[in-house]
Order: sequence, then C-alpha cells, then structure tokens
Amino acid sequence: MSTAPLLRVEDLRLYFRTTQGVVRAVDGVSFELGYNQAVVVLGESGCGKSSLARALLRLLPRNVQAYDGRVIIGGIDIMSLDDERFRREARWTKISFVPQAAMNALNPVVRVGDQVAEPLVIHRGMEKEAAWERAREMLQRVGLPADFLRRYPFELSGGMRQRTALAMALVAHPQLVILDEPTSALDVLTQANIMNVLKEIRGELNTSFILITHDVATSSELANQVAVMYAGQIVELGDAARFFREPLHPYSQKLMASVPRLRDDKKLEFIPGEPPNLMSLLRGCRFAPRCPLRFGRCSEPPPLIHQEDGRRVGCWLYDGEKKWSNGVVEY
Amino acid sequence: MNALRETFKDLARYPSAVTGLLIIGALIAIAIYTLIAIPYSEGIRLWRGGEDLWIENPRNARPAWEDFFFRTRLSKTIIVSTQRGAAKTVRDLPGGMRVVEISLPFNYPYDGFPSEINLFLEAQFKEQRPYVSFTWVMPDGRRIALGERSVRANERYSISLDRQLAQRLGRRPPEIALFAAPDATVDNATPIKGRYQLQIEGLFFEPHSDIEAKLVVYGQVYGLAGTDHRRRDLMVALLWGTPVALAFGFLAAVGSTLTTLLIAAVGVWFGRWIDAVIQRITEVNAILPLLPILIMIGLFYSRSLWVMLGAIILLSIFSLGIKTYRSILLQVKETPYIEAARSYGTGNFRIIFRYMIPRIIPVLIPQFVTLIPSFVFLEAGLAVLGLGDPVLPTWGKVVNDAYANGALYKGYYYWVLAPSAFLMLTGAGFALVGFALDRVFNPRLRTL
Repeated sequence: MSTAPLLRVEDLRLYFRTTQGVVRAVDGVSFELGYNQAVVVLGESGCGKSSLARALLRLLPRNVQAYDGRVIIGGIDIMSLDDERFRREARWTKISFVPQAAMNALNPVVRVGDQVAEPLVIHRGMEKEAAWERAREMLQRVGLPADFLRRYPFELSGGMRQRTALAMALVAHPQLVILDEPTSALDVLTQANIMNVLKEIRGELNTSFILITHDVATSSELANQVAVMYAGQIVELGDAARFFREPLHPYSQKLMASVPRLRDDKKLEFIPGEPPNLMSLLRGCRFAPRCPLRFGRCSEPPPLIHQEDGRRVGCWLYDGEKKWSNGVVEY
Repeated sequence: MNALRETFKDLARYPSAVTGLLIIGALIAIAIYTLIAIPYSEGIRLWRGGEDLWIENPRNARPAWEDFFFRTRLSKTIIVSTQRGAAKTVRDLPGGMRVVEISLPFNYPYDGFPSEINLFLEAQFKEQRPYVSFTWVMPDGRRIALGERSVRANERYSISLDRQLAQRLGRRPPEIALFAAPDATVDNATPIKGRYQLQIEGLFFEPHSDIEAKLVVYGQVYGLAGTDHRRRDLMVALLWGTPVALAFGFLAAVGSTLTTLLIAAVGVWFGRWIDAVIQRITEVNAILPLLPILIMIGLFYSRSLWVMLGAIILLSIFSLGIKTYRSILLQVKETPYIEAARSYGTGNFRIIFRYMIPRIIPVLIPQFVTLIPSFVFLEAGLAVLGLGDPVLPTWGKVVNDAYANGALYKGYYYWVLAPSAFLMLTGAGFALVGFALDRVFNPRLRTL
C-alpha cells in the first residue's frame, strides 16, 4: 500500500480510574484501515472493544486516567485537536457512530426526520427543508419508507430504530462509521437485513466501517478484515477470509471454536478460566493463564508478529521458524 | 400543535379539568375585558383618585344583588340636578337683585331608607354671597324647612349630617326622618313611597349671578360589588385584581420554574464544580425564609408589586425544585441517546435545551400550573399584611382594606367575600387543571 490509509491508530491508550484501581481498557492498540474497508473487532465482553470505539470518538467518561496515542484520519491527527475543534471537525464529519443499544439512541421527543437531519443541521448549518430532503434519501437507502420522517422514535420497532440510527450515522457522508454491536438486540432476520444494508452502502458510498461485535457469524458477512481484541490489546489482525478459515492466535481459535455451526455435529467449546482483570495485568502474554499452549516465552509480552500472508499475531508461537499445528508445539 | 391538541383531548376526559379550564378561561376573559374597558391609567385614577371622584357613590354600600334574597327593595342612589333638567326659574328684582327658584323632584319607591343625603351647590357671583333657603316637600304634603344659609362658590350641604335639623326632626337622623311618618321612631320607621321634592330659593345680590344645585340621595346598595369606606366601587378593584393576579402568578411561576430548570440542567450537564456550587447555593437558599424576607423588603425598601415579583423570582431561582430536576436529569444524562447526541457532535447547550430539558417538561407542566395560584396567594398574603402594592388595586389589597375597617364586625361581608371568592376560584381553577395534567403526563398516577 503506497497511498496513506484512511485511518491509522498508533499506540492508543485509554485508562480509567476507579476506586479499586486503574482499568486499562485500551492498552496500546495500533492498526490501519484503508478506504472502503470493513474491519470487525471481535472479542468477549469486557475486552475493551467498546472502549476502543469511545477512544476513537473521544466519548470519555469523567474518570479517565490516561488517554493518549495517535489517531490519524485522512492525514489529520485528531488526537491533537482540542475538544471544540474535535466536536466540529471530527465527530460525524469524519467519524460517525452507531452506538451500542442504538434502539435507545434516538431522542424520544424529536421526530425521526429531525433526528436524522440533526448532524446536517449541527455540522453543515443546513436549512430544515434541505436537511429533511437528505434525511428522506438516507431513510430510503436504509430501507425505511419516507413517511417515517414524521414519526416519533417510540412509534418505530427495534429494527426500524436501528436503521434510523444507521441512517443518521451515514447522512453526513463520513468516511468512517463505527458500529458498536449494531445488531445485538435484534432478531436474526433483522440482523441479516441490516448487514445487507451495510454491505450495499459500503459499495455505494465508499465508506469504511469498524464493526464492533462478539457475534462472529454476523460479522463474517460484512468484514474484509478482522481484529481480535483481548484484555485491551489487539492479539490478531488480518484478512477476514483467511481468519475465518484458519485463525492463528490460540485465543482466536478458541473464540471460533465456540461459534455454533449448522449441520456440523461439533461440540461447542468454551475457554476455561476468566477474562483477565484489567486492573492487575500480568507482564507477559495476557492470555497465558488461560492458554492451553503456553510455554516459557509467554512470560514476556509478545509483539504483533508479521506472518507471510500479511496477517499479524500477538503470540510467540508464530515467532520466526516455529510453527504450530494440531495443538502440538514444535521447538 | 398536535401534542397540545392531544393533551387537551386527554384533559377533556376529566370533568375536574374541564371545570378548572372553564374557571381559568373566565378569569382570563375578565382580565382581557378589564384591560380593554378600564385601561391601566384609568384604573389607577379610579382607585387612587380620592373621594371627590366617587362623591356620588354611597359609602359602604352593599352589592345590588342582595335584593334577590329579600322581599324588600333596598334603596339605590338617586341624583337630581339642575344640570340634568330639573326646573329652575330666575326672576330679576329691581336694584340688581335676583331670585332663583329651583325644584329638585324625585320618586322614591324603595323599602329602605337612604344611607346619606348631600346637596351640592355651585354658585356664580362676584363678591356678595347669595342667600339660599331649602324646603323639603314630602309625598303626604308636609313641608319641612331644612334651613337657610349664605353659600360659597362651591357649597356642600350634608343634609344627613345636619345636627340642628336632626334635633328639630325629633332627634332622628335626617335621612330617616325626612322619609318617614312624623311619629315613626328610628326602630319601626318605614319610608313613605312617592314623589319628594327639594325646593331651593336663592336670593342674589348681584346681576348675572346664578346657581346650580345637585341633590344626591345615596342608596343602600351599589353595583355588583358594593362600595368601600372611600365610596369606591369595589368592582374596579375586583376587575383590576384579575389581570394583576394572573400576571403576577404567571410571571413568578415562569420566572422561578424556567430558571430553576435551566440551572439544574446546566449543573447536571457540566457537573464538577459548577454542579457543586449550584447545589450548595440551593441548600443555603432552602433555609432562607421567603415570607420574612419579603416582609422586610416591603417594610424597608419598596412595596411595589414588581419589586416583590423580582424578589420572589430571585429567591425561587435556587429553590428545592433544582434537587428534583437534578435527580431526573442525572438519569437522563446517562441515557444512550444523550451519548449518541454527543457522538454526533451536538454542542453543550443544544444538548441541554433540545435533549435534556424536554424530558423534564412532563414533570414541569403540572408543577407550573399548580405553582401559579400559590404565587397569587403569596401576593394576596403580602397585601393582607399591609405590604400590598401602594398603587395597583389587587384582591389582597381589598381584603386588607376590609380588615383595616372592621368589615366583618360591621357586617360588610361582601367586602371580604368577593375578593376571597376570586382568590379561591383562581386557586381551585389552576389546581383542578394541574392535578388533571399530572395524571395525563404521569400515567402511573391514574390508578391512585
């Protein structure tokens, strides 16, 4: 890749201060995302996926202990902007967001039309008629009838509200849309529908997506890259097709093994032990306590190791000559 | 607009709310009528103009509708004057003298005696005062000489206060004796109905001199509201009290609730030291007593209604409502849609006004409506304590006048009853609507 990517994240950190100690929710995350790409961020609950989204959007709670790193989008380091400029120049103009529980993300006292048009009014200072016109187009694009503009959010079903939130995220044509669990509370039909809408839009609008989910099956529809997070760090990053065929990191393998498959009489697996406590992390590999394949080097923190096929894995098993297969490590 | 119509539709299901709305509507209609019929300056002139303005009104007259409840007809005020067509003849005598004869006739059909009789004379002369004699002619033909006197340019002869006359009439008050049979005592006298006449004969010592006469036989009743100790028509105060009370209650309610809401929202949204400061001010303000402070302002600074209004609003900005709103807003602040709003770059004040405050409105509106009469009562309370506005006529001021003049001991019940009724109606009207609104906006209350 000779041209600069759309998004480059370098060593992003977001720590929270709590009464029990410091929570390292996002701990040195780096990745890149090109134009018209979709990366899915996988991981179990509490691994820092949503915090990553918050860190990118600077949606911070009060108890932030540390928040640094570089987020370069379209050539501008948005971490260096002050809050007001960040609000004007980054939010929704560059990055938009479909929040977790997007069904509740609509202002209950504002009509759908005003709601979808809100980013245009705020950021472009558009007149109401023009903004409504754009909102109507966007609603139709996500598959909602135009007369929904006049409705209030409570008159919509969950899927409709989800699509409204999506329309809102797309209305200002941002280059990057972060979707935090966009389909978690929906039935499978609606999930499929929304994933189809996202695929279409990615093709039409040249938008990149960061899809945060723990729903591996649904995400495989949209993603062409996968990032697996564990304990606030990315442990595997690479092409989606290869990942779904053959995950590399032991944690990724366990994660994929826990996904049920149709017509496949396999026993669902789970990972023994608990997700790590983000307040007291080990020095070495964070997955080591639960890893069935741990060995001596796991007491040192592994870097993301480049593989031949372009993927990167944070596991000493893939360092240099050492290859791992069938659960047996060859030294 | 639609929401407003829906709210009204919901309200219409509660008969109490309909009653309340009718009462409020009537009060507003009265207020508008008053503002058009008796403009502000005219209202002030009528209320503060002094006794000259009201000289043709009886003092402490009862309202005219009292007749309904009795078989007897209470007397109304009768005015006869030369300027309104009473007969006057002028004869010139040799030597520049002239004789003026005036006859002031009137019909007296009432069962009650007049409350007072006054004769007003307006004489035109250069130096020598004319000499005038008065004769009272009764329906039964009796002629009673009232007396003789030389008159000034503006002479007021209070017949009912003429002690000599009372003496001559058998120590009976003239306003009774001049209308009763000659042998009737004060206790069992009934007025003789029929045509009365006051004859005036004036002797003038200069040519071109003249005299105008006006006889006022004051009644026992006046208008729909009666009059007070200064002959003022109480209706003026009752009418003018309506817009004053509504405006005061409304402005005070708007001033205190909106500012309170805004401050609560700002505190919750920005948090940190701003919230802390607002909360501490609220707590200090909560223990400051409102009424004593207002009384002190009234005693030492100004009793103007608008100063009081300002003081009330200032003291209620940091009222305990802030705590209520804050508790609701703290929840609202954490809802996903606020975070979503933040994510799409909504500015702080847009979030406060468009996202947070609308969530409070359902709580606010019923509170607001029930708050209006409480401020009306507060103003009336201050007025009753003698701290009412010195210029404006208000309901509380009327009650205060009544109290100061011992209205209830003297039986002037209407003086207290009418303004109290207005105050109670205002309270009841807004309370009925407020409670119904509470049920419309907070459906959980409906089962209670």
